[in-house]
Amino acid sequence: MSLSLDEVKRVAALARMEVSEAESQQILDQLSGVFDLIAKMQSVDTEGVEPMAHAQDLVARLRPDVVTEPDQHELYQSVAPAVDADLYLVPKVIE
Amino acid sequence: MPVGTRFMIESSLKELSRNLAEKKISSVELTRAYLDRIESHNATLNALITVDPDTSLAQARAADERIARGKAQPLTGIPIAHKDLWCVKGWRTTCGSKMLENFVSPYDSHVIERFNDAGAVILGKTNMDEFAMGSSNETSYFGAVKNPWNTERVTGGSSGGSAAAIAAALAPAATGTDTGGSIRQPASLCGVSGLKPTYGQVSRYGMIAFASSLDQGGPMARSAEDLALVLDVMVGFDSRDSTSLERPSEAFTRLLDEPLSGLRIGLPKEYFAEGMSTDVRNAVEAALAEYRKLGATTVDIELPASDLSVAAYYVIAPAEASSNLSRYDGVRYGFRAENYSDLLDMYCKTRSQGFGAEVKRRILIGTYVLSHGYYDAFYLKAQRIRRLIARDFAQAFERCDVIMSPTSPTTAFGFGSKTADPVQMYLSDIYTIAANLAGLPGMSIPCGFDDSDLPVGLQIIGNYFSEAKMLNVAYCYQQHTDWHLRKSPVAAS
Repeated sequence: MSLSLDEVKRVAALARMEVSEAESQQILDQLSGVFDLIAKMQSVDTEGVEPMAHAQDLVARLRPDVVTEPDQHELYQSVAPAVDADLYLVPKVIE
Repeated sequence: MPVGTRFMIESSLKELSRNLAEKKISSVELTRAYLDRIESHNATLNALITVDPDTSLAQARAADERIARGKAQPLTGIPIAHKDLWCVKGWRTTCGSKMLENFVSPYDSHVIERFNDAGAVILGKTNMDEFAMGSSNETSYFGAVKNPWNTERVTGGSSGGSAAAIAAALAPAATGTDTGGSIRQPASLCGVSGLKPTYGQVSRYGMIAFASSLDQGGPMARSAEDLALVLDVMVGFDSRDSTSLERPSEAFTRLLDEPLSGLRIGLPKEYFAEGMSTDVRNAVEAALAEYRKLGATTVDIELPASDLSVAAYYVIAPAEASSNLSRYDGVRYGFRAENYSDLLDMYCKTRSQGFGAEVKRRILIGTYVLSHGYYDAFYLKAQRIRRLIARDFAQAFERCDVIMSPTSPTTAFGFGSKTADPVQMYLSDIYTIAANLAGLPGMSIPCGFDDSDLPVGLQIIGNYFSEAKMLNVAYCYQQHTDWHLRKSPVAAS
Protein backbone atom coordinates (compact mmCIF):
# COMPACT_ATOMS: atom_id res chain seq x y z
CA MET A 1 0.00 0.00 0.00
CA SER A 2 1.11 3.55 -0.45
CA LEU A 3 0.77 6.51 1.84
CA SER A 4 0.48 10.07 0.62
CA LEU A 5 2.35 13.12 1.82
CA ASP A 6 -0.93 14.59 3.08
CA GLU A 7 -1.55 11.49 5.18
CA VAL A 8 1.88 11.78 6.78
CA LYS A 9 1.11 15.40 7.69
CA ARG A 10 -2.36 14.51 9.00
CA VAL A 11 -0.99 11.70 11.17
CA ALA A 12 1.83 13.93 12.46
CA ALA A 13 -0.77 16.50 13.49
CA LEU A 14 -2.78 13.79 15.27
CA ALA A 15 0.38 12.67 17.08
CA ARG A 16 1.16 16.27 18.03
CA MET A 17 4.44 16.34 16.17
CA GLU A 18 5.78 19.00 13.88
CA VAL A 19 7.37 17.71 10.68
CA SER A 20 8.96 19.90 8.05
CA GLU A 21 8.26 19.46 4.35
CA ALA A 22 11.66 17.76 3.85
CA GLU A 23 11.13 15.47 6.85
CA SER A 24 7.67 14.50 5.61
CA GLN A 25 9.09 13.26 2.32
CA GLN A 26 11.76 11.19 4.08
CA ILE A 27 9.24 9.78 6.55
CA LEU A 28 6.91 8.95 3.65
CA ASP A 29 9.65 6.97 1.90
CA GLN A 30 10.57 5.03 5.02
CA LEU A 31 7.02 4.38 6.16
CA SER A 32 6.05 3.12 2.73
CA GLY A 33 8.59 0.32 3.15
CA VAL A 34 7.24 -0.48 6.61
CA PHE A 35 3.66 -0.57 5.34
CA ASP A 36 4.70 -2.90 2.53
CA LEU A 37 6.01 -5.22 5.25
CA ILE A 38 2.80 -4.84 7.27
CA ALA A 39 0.69 -5.54 4.16
CA LYS A 40 1.88 -9.15 4.36
CA MET A 41 -0.79 -9.60 7.03
CA GLN A 42 -3.47 -9.47 4.33
CA SER A 43 -2.17 -12.72 2.83
CA VAL A 44 -3.76 -14.83 5.56
CA ASP A 45 -7.44 -15.41 6.18
CA THR A 46 -8.26 -14.61 9.79
CA GLU A 47 -12.04 -14.86 9.50
CA GLY A 48 -13.47 -16.08 12.80
CA VAL A 49 -10.16 -15.87 14.70
CA GLU A 50 -10.60 -14.16 18.03
CA PRO A 51 -8.31 -11.13 18.39
CA MET A 52 -5.61 -11.59 21.05
CA ALA A 53 -5.07 -8.39 23.01
CA HIS A 54 -2.86 -9.91 25.63
CA ALA A 55 -0.58 -12.83 26.38
CA GLN A 56 -2.48 -13.87 29.50
CA ASP A 57 -6.21 -14.05 29.93
CA LEU A 58 -6.43 -11.83 32.95
CA VAL A 59 -9.40 -10.31 34.65
CA ALA A 60 -8.98 -6.94 36.31
CA ARG A 61 -8.10 -7.36 39.98
CA LEU A 62 -10.34 -5.68 42.52
CA ARG A 63 -9.00 -4.13 45.69
CA PRO A 64 -10.64 -2.73 48.80
CA ASP A 65 -11.76 0.88 48.35
CA VAL A 66 -9.23 2.37 50.73
CA VAL A 67 -6.55 5.01 50.34
CA THR A 68 -3.18 3.40 49.66
CA GLU A 69 -1.13 6.28 48.25
CA PRO A 70 0.02 9.19 50.38
CA ASP A 71 -0.02 12.70 48.90
CA GLN A 72 3.42 13.22 47.35
CA HIS A 73 2.63 16.02 44.92
CA GLU A 74 5.65 18.07 45.93
CA LEU A 75 7.97 15.18 45.16
CA TYR A 76 6.31 14.43 41.85
CA GLN A 77 6.08 18.07 40.82
CA SER A 78 9.76 18.55 41.57
CA VAL A 79 10.53 17.06 38.14
CA ALA A 80 8.00 19.18 36.21
CA PRO A 81 9.19 21.84 33.73
CA ALA A 82 7.02 24.58 35.31
CA VAL A 83 4.97 24.60 38.52
CA ASP A 84 3.33 27.40 40.46
CA ALA A 85 1.24 27.14 43.64
CA ASP A 86 1.13 23.32 43.33
CA LEU A 87 -0.20 23.60 39.78
CA TYR A 88 1.44 22.56 36.50
CA LEU A 89 1.93 25.63 34.34
CA VAL A 90 1.03 25.56 30.65
CA PRO A 91 0.50 28.35 28.10
CA LYS A 92 -2.82 30.13 28.44
CA VAL A 93 -5.67 28.18 26.80
CA ILE A 94 -8.65 30.38 27.72
CA GLU A 95 -8.75 34.05 26.74
CA MET B 1 45.61 -17.19 48.10
CA PRO B 2 44.77 -13.48 47.96
CA VAL B 3 41.72 -12.62 45.95
CA GLY B 4 42.64 -10.22 43.16
CA THR B 5 40.81 -7.96 40.79
CA ARG B 6 40.89 -10.55 37.99
CA PHE B 7 39.06 -13.00 40.21
CA MET B 8 36.42 -10.42 41.05
CA ILE B 9 35.72 -9.50 37.45
CA GLU B 10 35.73 -13.06 36.10
CA SER B 11 33.92 -15.09 38.74
CA SER B 12 30.36 -16.30 38.65
CA LEU B 13 27.78 -14.71 40.92
CA LYS B 14 27.75 -17.86 43.04
CA GLU B 15 31.52 -17.66 43.56
CA LEU B 16 31.34 -13.95 44.33
CA SER B 17 28.53 -14.56 46.79
CA ARG B 18 30.53 -17.29 48.52
CA ASN B 19 33.61 -15.10 48.75
CA LEU B 20 31.56 -12.23 50.15
CA ALA B 21 30.04 -14.55 52.76
CA GLU B 22 33.49 -15.86 53.70
CA LYS B 23 34.77 -12.25 53.91
CA LYS B 24 37.52 -12.96 51.38
CA ILE B 25 36.28 -9.95 49.45
CA SER B 26 34.06 -7.06 50.46
CA SER B 27 31.25 -5.54 48.43
CA VAL B 28 33.16 -2.25 48.51
CA GLU B 29 36.20 -3.92 46.90
CA LEU B 30 34.03 -5.70 44.37
CA THR B 31 32.03 -2.60 43.47
CA ARG B 32 35.19 -0.51 43.22
CA ALA B 33 36.79 -3.10 40.91
CA TYR B 34 33.87 -2.78 38.50
CA LEU B 35 33.68 1.02 38.84
CA ASP B 36 37.40 1.15 37.96
CA ARG B 37 36.78 -0.90 34.85
CA ILE B 38 33.89 1.35 33.86
CA GLU B 39 36.20 4.34 34.38
CA SER B 40 38.82 2.73 32.09
CA HIS B 41 36.63 1.39 29.30
CA ASN B 42 33.34 3.25 29.18
CA ALA B 43 34.73 6.18 27.19
CA THR B 44 35.45 3.68 24.40
CA LEU B 45 32.34 1.52 24.66
CA ASN B 46 29.64 3.99 25.80
CA ALA B 47 27.87 1.14 27.58
CA LEU B 48 26.72 3.19 30.57
CA ILE B 49 24.90 6.51 30.52
CA THR B 50 25.11 7.25 34.24
CA VAL B 51 27.38 6.11 37.04
CA ASP B 52 27.29 7.45 40.58
CA PRO B 53 30.23 5.91 42.44
CA ASP B 54 29.41 7.56 45.79
CA THR B 55 25.90 6.13 45.86
CA SER B 56 27.07 2.71 44.64
CA LEU B 57 29.84 2.55 47.25
CA ALA B 58 27.44 3.64 50.01
CA GLN B 59 25.18 0.74 49.02
CA ALA B 60 28.23 -1.56 49.02
CA ARG B 61 29.15 -0.47 52.56
CA ALA B 62 25.58 -1.16 53.69
CA ALA B 63 25.80 -4.59 52.04
CA ASP B 64 29.05 -5.35 53.85
CA GLU B 65 27.39 -4.47 57.15
CA ARG B 66 24.45 -6.70 56.30
CA ILE B 67 26.79 -9.57 55.47
CA ALA B 68 28.59 -8.99 58.79
CA ARG B 69 25.24 -9.27 60.58
CA GLY B 70 24.65 -12.62 58.90
CA LYS B 71 21.60 -11.37 57.02
CA ALA B 72 22.92 -11.84 53.50
CA GLN B 73 20.91 -13.14 50.55
CA PRO B 74 22.56 -14.57 47.41
CA LEU B 75 22.88 -11.16 45.68
CA THR B 76 23.77 -9.11 48.75
CA GLY B 77 26.79 -7.00 47.87
CA ILE B 78 26.76 -7.92 44.17
CA PRO B 79 26.91 -4.89 41.85
CA ILE B 80 24.37 -4.99 39.03
CA ALA B 81 23.91 -2.54 36.15
CA HIS B 82 20.40 -1.55 35.10
CA LYS B 83 19.05 -0.66 31.71
CA ASP B 84 18.25 3.03 31.82
CA LEU B 85 14.50 2.56 31.66
CA TRP B 86 14.11 1.22 35.18
CA CYS B 87 13.17 4.13 37.42
CA VAL B 88 15.63 4.35 40.30
CA LYS B 89 14.85 6.92 42.96
CA GLY B 90 17.37 9.76 42.91
CA TRP B 91 19.05 8.47 39.74
CA ARG B 92 18.82 10.04 36.33
CA THR B 93 16.62 7.74 34.21
CA THR B 94 16.82 8.75 30.54
CA CYS B 95 15.38 5.86 28.51
CA GLY B 96 18.07 6.79 25.98
CA SER B 97 16.12 9.92 25.03
CA LYS B 98 16.58 13.67 25.00
CA MET B 99 13.00 13.73 26.27
CA LEU B 100 14.19 12.37 29.64
CA GLU B 101 17.79 13.59 29.51
CA ASN B 102 17.47 15.32 32.88
CA PHE B 103 14.73 13.22 34.45
CA VAL B 104 15.67 12.16 37.97
CA SER B 105 13.17 9.54 39.06
CA PRO B 106 11.20 10.38 42.21
CA TYR B 107 10.48 6.69 42.86
CA ASP B 108 11.82 3.16 42.49
CA SER B 109 10.47 0.59 40.06
CA HIS B 110 9.29 -2.68 41.60
CA VAL B 111 12.32 -4.50 40.23
CA ILE B 112 14.69 -1.97 41.82
CA GLU B 113 12.83 -2.30 45.14
CA ARG B 114 13.46 -6.04 44.93
CA PHE B 115 17.17 -5.62 44.16
CA ASN B 116 17.44 -3.15 47.05
CA ASP B 117 15.68 -5.58 49.39
CA ALA B 118 18.10 -8.29 48.27
CA GLY B 119 21.04 -6.03 49.15
CA ALA B 120 22.38 -5.78 45.59
CA VAL B 121 24.40 -2.70 44.61
CA ILE B 122 23.29 -0.44 41.75
CA LEU B 123 26.38 -0.15 39.58
CA GLY B 124 25.01 2.28 37.00
CA LYS B 125 22.48 2.81 34.25
CA THR B 126 23.14 1.25 30.87
CA ASN B 127 22.77 2.73 27.43
CA MET B 128 19.88 1.64 25.22
CA ASP B 129 18.02 2.44 22.03
CA GLU B 130 15.75 5.43 22.58
CA PHE B 131 12.60 4.21 24.39
CA ALA B 132 13.85 0.66 23.62
CA MET B 133 13.02 1.14 19.93
CA GLY B 134 15.89 -0.29 17.94
CA SER B 135 17.98 -3.36 17.27
CA SER B 136 21.46 -1.84 17.18
CA ASN B 137 21.59 0.72 19.99
CA GLU B 138 22.16 3.36 17.32
CA THR B 139 18.94 5.24 18.14
CA SER B 140 20.19 6.26 21.61
CA TYR B 141 20.33 10.02 22.13
CA PHE B 142 23.56 9.33 24.03
CA GLY B 143 25.23 7.64 21.07
CA ALA B 144 25.65 4.05 19.99
CA VAL B 145 27.33 1.41 22.17
CA LYS B 146 30.35 -0.33 20.73
CA ASN B 147 30.58 -4.11 20.70
CA PRO B 148 33.39 -5.32 23.01
CA TRP B 149 34.22 -8.09 20.51
CA ASN B 150 34.85 -5.60 17.74
CA THR B 151 34.36 -1.90 18.38
CA GLU B 152 33.50 -1.31 14.71
CA ARG B 153 30.32 -3.34 15.20
CA VAL B 154 26.99 -2.69 16.90
CA THR B 155 25.92 -4.41 20.11
CA GLY B 156 22.38 -5.06 18.96
CA GLY B 157 19.56 -3.57 20.91
CA SER B 158 17.72 -2.30 22.58
CA SER B 159 19.51 -3.57 25.73
CA GLY B 160 22.88 -3.00 24.03
CA GLY B 161 24.50 -1.22 26.96
CA SER B 162 23.69 -4.06 29.35
CA ALA B 163 24.98 -6.68 26.90
CA ALA B 164 28.19 -4.75 26.24
CA ALA B 165 28.77 -4.08 29.95
CA ILE B 166 28.72 -7.82 30.65
CA ALA B 167 30.76 -8.75 27.57
CA ALA B 168 33.41 -6.19 28.56
CA ALA B 169 33.38 -7.25 32.24
CA LEU B 170 32.16 -3.82 33.33
CA ALA B 171 29.38 -5.56 35.27
CA PRO B 172 28.90 -9.15 36.43
CA ALA B 173 25.20 -9.02 35.54
CA ALA B 174 22.62 -6.52 34.33
CA THR B 175 18.94 -6.06 33.71
CA GLY B 176 17.33 -5.64 30.33
CA THR B 177 13.88 -5.52 28.83
CA ASP B 178 12.54 -7.33 25.81
CA THR B 179 9.59 -6.17 23.67
CA GLY B 180 10.55 -7.90 20.41
CA GLY B 181 13.98 -9.34 21.19
CA SER B 182 15.69 -6.53 23.09
CA ILE B 183 17.32 -8.86 25.64
CA ARG B 184 18.00 -11.85 23.38
CA GLN B 185 19.32 -10.14 20.24
CA PRO B 186 22.00 -7.99 21.97
CA ALA B 187 22.88 -10.98 24.19
CA SER B 188 23.47 -12.94 20.98
CA LEU B 189 25.50 -10.20 19.29
CA CYS B 190 27.66 -9.62 22.39
CA GLY B 191 28.16 -13.27 23.40
CA VAL B 192 26.34 -13.16 26.73
CA SER B 193 23.32 -14.97 28.17
CA GLY B 194 19.93 -13.31 28.50
CA LEU B 195 16.40 -14.37 29.41
CA LYS B 196 13.02 -12.82 28.71
CA PRO B 197 10.56 -14.38 31.17
CA THR B 198 6.93 -15.31 30.53
CA TYR B 199 4.91 -12.12 30.16
CA GLY B 200 3.65 -11.08 33.60
CA GLN B 201 6.45 -12.65 35.67
CA VAL B 202 8.38 -9.40 36.21
CA SER B 203 6.44 -6.29 37.25
CA ARG B 204 6.41 -3.40 34.80
CA TYR B 205 5.81 -0.84 37.57
CA GLY B 206 8.45 1.84 37.12
CA MET B 207 9.71 0.33 33.88
CA ILE B 208 9.27 3.04 31.25
CA ALA B 209 6.67 1.72 28.83
CA PHE B 210 7.12 1.02 25.13
CA ALA B 211 4.47 -1.58 24.15
CA SER B 212 2.70 -2.66 27.30
CA SER B 213 1.29 -5.99 26.13
CA LEU B 214 4.77 -7.11 24.99
CA ASP B 215 7.30 -5.44 27.34
CA GLN B 216 8.97 -7.75 29.83
CA GLY B 217 12.04 -7.25 31.99
CA GLY B 218 14.64 -9.94 32.51
CA PRO B 219 18.23 -10.70 33.47
CA MET B 220 21.42 -10.64 31.38
CA ALA B 221 24.61 -12.28 32.63
CA ARG B 222 27.55 -14.51 31.75
CA SER B 223 25.87 -17.85 32.35
CA ALA B 224 22.56 -19.60 32.86
CA GLU B 225 23.42 -20.10 36.52
CA ASP B 226 23.93 -16.35 36.99
CA LEU B 227 20.68 -15.65 35.14
CA ALA B 228 18.79 -17.94 37.51
CA LEU B 229 20.13 -16.11 40.57
CA VAL B 230 19.18 -12.69 39.18
CA LEU B 231 15.79 -13.94 37.97
CA ASP B 232 15.05 -15.17 41.50
CA VAL B 233 15.17 -11.54 42.61
CA MET B 234 13.32 -10.01 39.65
CA VAL B 235 10.24 -12.24 39.57
CA GLY B 236 7.43 -11.52 42.00
CA PHE B 237 3.84 -10.34 42.20
CA ASP B 238 3.21 -6.61 42.32
CA SER B 239 -0.29 -5.20 42.73
CA ARG B 240 0.77 -1.96 41.02
CA ASP B 241 1.09 -3.72 37.65
CA SER B 242 -2.35 -4.93 36.55
CA THR B 243 -0.73 -7.65 34.41
CA SER B 244 1.58 -8.94 37.16
CA LEU B 245 0.87 -12.61 37.80
CA GLU B 246 0.12 -13.96 41.26
CA ARG B 247 1.92 -17.28 41.43
CA PRO B 248 3.62 -19.33 44.13
CA SER B 249 7.27 -18.31 44.33
CA GLU B 250 9.82 -20.66 42.82
CA ALA B 251 13.60 -20.99 42.91
CA PHE B 252 14.82 -20.73 39.34
CA THR B 253 18.02 -22.58 40.21
CA ARG B 254 16.17 -25.69 41.35
CA LEU B 255 16.37 -27.66 38.10
CA LEU B 256 19.83 -26.59 36.89
CA ASP B 257 21.47 -29.98 37.38
CA GLU B 258 18.73 -32.19 35.93
CA PRO B 259 19.97 -34.50 33.16
CA LEU B 260 18.77 -33.69 29.66
CA SER B 261 18.10 -37.26 28.57
CA GLY B 262 14.71 -37.45 26.95
CA LEU B 263 14.52 -33.70 26.29
CA ARG B 264 12.58 -33.05 23.08
CA ILE B 265 13.87 -30.05 21.14
CA GLY B 266 11.52 -28.62 18.52
CA LEU B 267 13.12 -27.15 15.41
CA PRO B 268 10.76 -24.82 13.54
CA LYS B 269 11.33 -25.39 9.85
CA GLU B 270 10.37 -21.77 9.13
CA TYR B 271 13.29 -20.54 11.27
CA PHE B 272 15.86 -22.63 9.45
CA ALA B 273 14.59 -21.78 6.00
CA GLU B 274 16.32 -18.73 4.61
CA GLY B 275 18.07 -15.48 5.36
CA MET B 276 20.41 -16.86 8.01
CA SER B 277 24.14 -16.55 7.52
CA THR B 278 26.14 -19.75 7.00
CA ASP B 279 28.27 -19.17 10.12
CA VAL B 280 25.15 -18.75 12.25
CA ARG B 281 23.64 -21.90 10.80
CA ASN B 282 26.81 -23.91 11.41
CA ALA B 283 27.13 -22.76 15.01
CA VAL B 284 23.49 -23.57 15.75
CA GLU B 285 23.77 -27.00 14.07
CA ALA B 286 26.83 -27.73 16.19
CA ALA B 287 24.93 -26.75 19.33
CA LEU B 288 22.10 -29.10 18.37
CA ALA B 289 24.62 -31.90 17.86
CA GLU B 290 25.94 -31.20 21.37
CA TYR B 291 22.40 -31.44 22.75
CA ARG B 292 21.91 -34.80 21.03
CA LYS B 293 25.09 -35.99 22.71
CA LEU B 294 23.59 -34.92 26.03
CA GLY B 295 20.61 -37.18 25.41
CA ALA B 296 18.15 -34.81 23.77
CA THR B 297 16.21 -35.61 20.63
CA THR B 298 15.19 -33.12 17.97
CA VAL B 299 11.78 -33.01 16.30
CA ASP B 300 10.74 -30.93 13.31
CA ILE B 301 7.89 -28.62 14.11
CA GLU B 302 5.93 -26.02 12.17
CA LEU B 303 5.11 -22.45 13.12
CA PRO B 304 3.29 -21.46 9.93
CA ALA B 305 2.10 -18.05 11.15
CA SER B 306 5.58 -17.03 12.28
CA ASP B 307 6.17 -15.61 8.83
CA LEU B 308 3.70 -12.87 9.78
CA SER B 309 5.12 -12.10 13.21
CA VAL B 310 7.22 -9.13 12.10
CA ALA B 311 4.27 -7.63 10.22
CA ALA B 312 1.87 -8.06 13.16
CA TYR B 313 4.49 -6.77 15.59
CA TYR B 314 5.04 -3.57 13.59
CA VAL B 315 1.34 -2.82 13.97
CA ILE B 316 0.83 -3.80 17.61
CA ALA B 317 4.05 -2.40 19.09
CA PRO B 318 3.84 1.04 17.40
CA ALA B 319 0.11 1.25 18.20
CA GLU B 320 0.78 0.70 21.89
CA ALA B 321 3.82 2.98 21.75
CA SER B 322 1.86 5.84 20.19
CA SER B 323 -0.55 5.62 23.11
CA ASN B 324 2.11 5.18 25.81
CA LEU B 325 4.33 7.99 24.53
CA SER B 326 1.48 10.50 24.41
CA ARG B 327 2.41 11.23 28.04
CA TYR B 328 5.53 13.13 26.89
CA ASP B 329 3.89 16.49 26.41
CA GLY B 330 6.26 18.81 28.28
CA VAL B 331 3.82 19.36 31.14
CA ARG B 332 4.53 17.00 34.04
CA TYR B 333 8.10 15.79 33.53
CA GLY B 334 10.87 15.66 31.00
CA PHE B 335 11.85 18.02 28.24
CA ARG B 336 9.85 21.10 27.26
CA ALA B 337 10.70 23.14 24.14
CA GLU B 338 11.92 26.65 24.81
CA ASN B 339 9.90 28.77 22.42
CA TYR B 340 6.25 28.22 21.55
CA SER B 341 3.19 30.29 20.77
CA ASP B 342 0.42 28.37 22.52
CA LEU B 343 -0.38 25.03 24.19
CA LEU B 344 -0.71 23.05 20.96
CA ASP B 345 2.51 24.54 19.65
CA MET B 346 4.24 23.63 22.92
CA TYR B 347 3.14 20.00 22.60
CA CYS B 348 4.24 19.81 18.97
CA LYS B 349 7.61 21.49 19.46
CA THR B 350 8.35 19.54 22.65
CA ARG B 351 7.65 16.21 20.98
CA SER B 352 9.38 17.10 17.70
CA GLN B 353 12.53 18.25 19.48
CA GLY B 354 12.46 15.67 22.29
CA PHE B 355 12.04 12.46 20.26
CA GLY B 356 14.54 11.00 17.81
CA ALA B 357 13.76 9.83 14.27
CA GLU B 358 12.98 6.16 15.02
CA VAL B 359 10.67 7.00 17.92
CA LYS B 360 8.83 9.51 15.74
CA ARG B 361 8.51 6.92 13.00
CA ARG B 362 6.94 4.41 15.33
CA ILE B 363 4.59 6.97 16.86
CA LEU B 364 3.45 7.89 13.35
CA ILE B 365 2.93 4.23 12.37
CA GLY B 366 0.99 3.64 15.58
CA THR B 367 -1.12 6.77 15.22
CA TYR B 368 -1.93 5.83 11.63
CA VAL B 369 -2.99 2.24 12.33
CA LEU B 370 -5.21 3.36 15.21
CA SER B 371 -6.74 6.29 13.33
CA HIS B 372 -10.34 6.43 12.21
CA GLY B 373 -11.18 3.93 9.51
CA TYR B 374 -8.01 1.87 9.77
CA TYR B 375 -8.41 0.13 13.12
CA ASP B 376 -9.99 -3.08 11.78
CA ALA B 377 -7.65 -3.43 8.83
CA PHE B 378 -4.52 -3.04 10.90
CA TYR B 379 -4.82 -3.37 14.67
CA LEU B 380 -7.60 -5.95 14.81
CA LYS B 381 -6.05 -7.92 11.96
CA ALA B 382 -2.70 -7.96 13.77
CA GLN B 383 -4.39 -9.16 16.96
CA ARG B 384 -6.00 -12.03 15.05
CA ILE B 385 -2.62 -13.01 13.64
CA ARG B 386 -1.22 -12.78 17.13
CA ARG B 387 -3.75 -15.45 18.15
CA LEU B 388 -2.63 -17.68 15.25
CA ILE B 389 1.00 -17.31 16.32
CA ALA B 390 0.16 -18.26 19.93
CA ARG B 391 -1.83 -21.29 18.67
CA ASP B 392 1.11 -22.46 16.57
CA PHE B 393 3.28 -22.50 19.67
CA ALA B 394 0.62 -24.31 21.73
CA GLN B 395 0.48 -27.04 19.10
CA ALA B 396 4.25 -27.23 18.84
CA PHE B 397 4.64 -27.66 22.61
CA GLU B 398 2.49 -30.79 22.43
CA ARG B 399 5.41 -32.37 20.60
CA CYS B 400 8.46 -30.81 22.25
CA ASP B 401 9.71 -29.37 25.56
CA VAL B 402 11.70 -26.43 24.20
CA ILE B 403 12.13 -24.83 20.79
CA MET B 404 15.56 -23.89 19.48
CA SER B 405 16.68 -21.61 16.67
CA PRO B 406 19.29 -18.96 16.02
CA THR B 407 18.60 -15.81 18.06
CA SER B 408 19.34 -13.50 15.15
CA PRO B 409 19.99 -14.27 11.46
CA THR B 410 23.42 -12.60 11.53
CA THR B 411 26.22 -11.73 13.91
CA ALA B 412 26.98 -8.12 14.91
CA PHE B 413 26.76 -5.81 11.90
CA GLY B 414 28.58 -2.56 11.15
CA PHE B 415 27.47 0.89 12.32
CA GLY B 416 25.14 2.55 9.85
CA SER B 417 24.66 -0.58 7.76
CA LYS B 418 20.95 -0.87 8.53
CA THR B 419 19.98 2.62 9.67
CA ALA B 420 18.86 3.90 6.26
CA ASP B 421 16.21 1.22 5.82
CA PRO B 422 14.02 0.57 8.90
CA VAL B 423 12.72 -2.70 7.42
CA GLN B 424 16.22 -4.22 7.26
CA MET B 425 16.74 -3.27 10.91
CA TYR B 426 13.37 -4.75 11.89
CA LEU B 427 14.26 -8.10 10.29
CA SER B 428 17.15 -8.47 12.73
CA ASP B 429 14.47 -9.60 15.22
CA ILE B 430 12.76 -12.04 12.89
CA TYR B 431 13.30 -15.06 15.19
CA THR B 432 12.64 -13.33 18.50
CA ILE B 433 9.40 -11.39 17.96
CA ALA B 434 6.98 -14.33 17.94
CA ALA B 435 7.76 -15.22 21.59
CA ASN B 436 6.77 -11.69 22.65
CA LEU B 437 3.52 -11.83 20.71
CA ALA B 438 2.65 -15.17 22.34
CA GLY B 439 3.97 -14.03 25.76
CA LEU B 440 6.33 -17.02 25.97
CA PRO B 441 9.71 -17.05 27.73
CA GLY B 442 12.77 -16.94 25.49
CA MET B 443 16.49 -16.84 26.03
CA SER B 444 19.76 -16.56 24.16
CA ILE B 445 23.05 -18.24 25.04
CA PRO B 446 26.39 -18.09 23.24
CA CYS B 447 26.96 -21.08 20.95
CA GLY B 448 29.96 -20.23 18.79
CA PHE B 449 31.62 -17.61 16.61
CA ASP B 450 31.60 -16.59 12.98
CA ASP B 451 34.74 -16.36 10.87
CA SER B 452 35.37 -12.81 12.13
CA ASP B 453 35.34 -13.94 15.78
CA LEU B 454 31.92 -12.45 16.45
CA PRO B 455 29.61 -14.39 18.78
CA VAL B 456 26.57 -16.39 17.64
CA GLY B 457 23.57 -16.90 19.92
CA LEU B 458 21.28 -19.90 20.30
CA GLN B 459 17.66 -19.05 21.08
CA ILE B 460 15.69 -21.29 23.44
CA ILE B 461 11.93 -20.72 23.63
CA GLY B 462 10.00 -22.49 26.35
CA ASN B 463 6.35 -22.99 27.23
CA TYR B 464 4.69 -20.57 29.66
CA PHE B 465 6.36 -20.57 33.10
CA SER B 466 9.06 -23.04 32.07
CA GLU B 467 11.95 -20.68 32.90
CA ALA B 468 13.51 -23.12 35.40
CA LYS B 469 13.50 -25.86 32.75
CA MET B 470 14.98 -23.52 30.12
CA LEU B 471 17.73 -22.52 32.53
CA ASN B 472 18.43 -26.22 33.10
CA VAL B 473 18.67 -26.74 29.32
CA ALA B 474 21.09 -23.81 29.01
CA TYR B 475 23.09 -24.72 32.11
CA CYS B 476 23.79 -28.30 31.01
CA TYR B 477 25.02 -27.05 27.64
CA GLN B 478 27.28 -24.55 29.41
CA GLN B 479 28.68 -27.34 31.60
CA HIS B 480 29.87 -29.09 28.43
CA THR B 481 30.94 -26.12 26.31
CA ASP B 482 32.95 -22.99 27.00
CA TRP B 483 31.49 -20.46 24.54
CA HIS B 484 30.02 -18.47 27.43
CA LEU B 485 33.45 -18.30 29.10
CA ARG B 486 35.26 -16.84 26.08
CA LYS B 487 36.46 -13.32 26.76
CA SER B 488 36.06 -10.36 24.46
CA PRO B 489 39.25 -8.39 23.83
CA VAL B 490 38.00 -5.65 26.18
CA ALA B 491 37.14 -8.15 28.94
CA ALA B 492 40.62 -9.67 28.66
CA SER B 493 42.34 -6.29 28.94
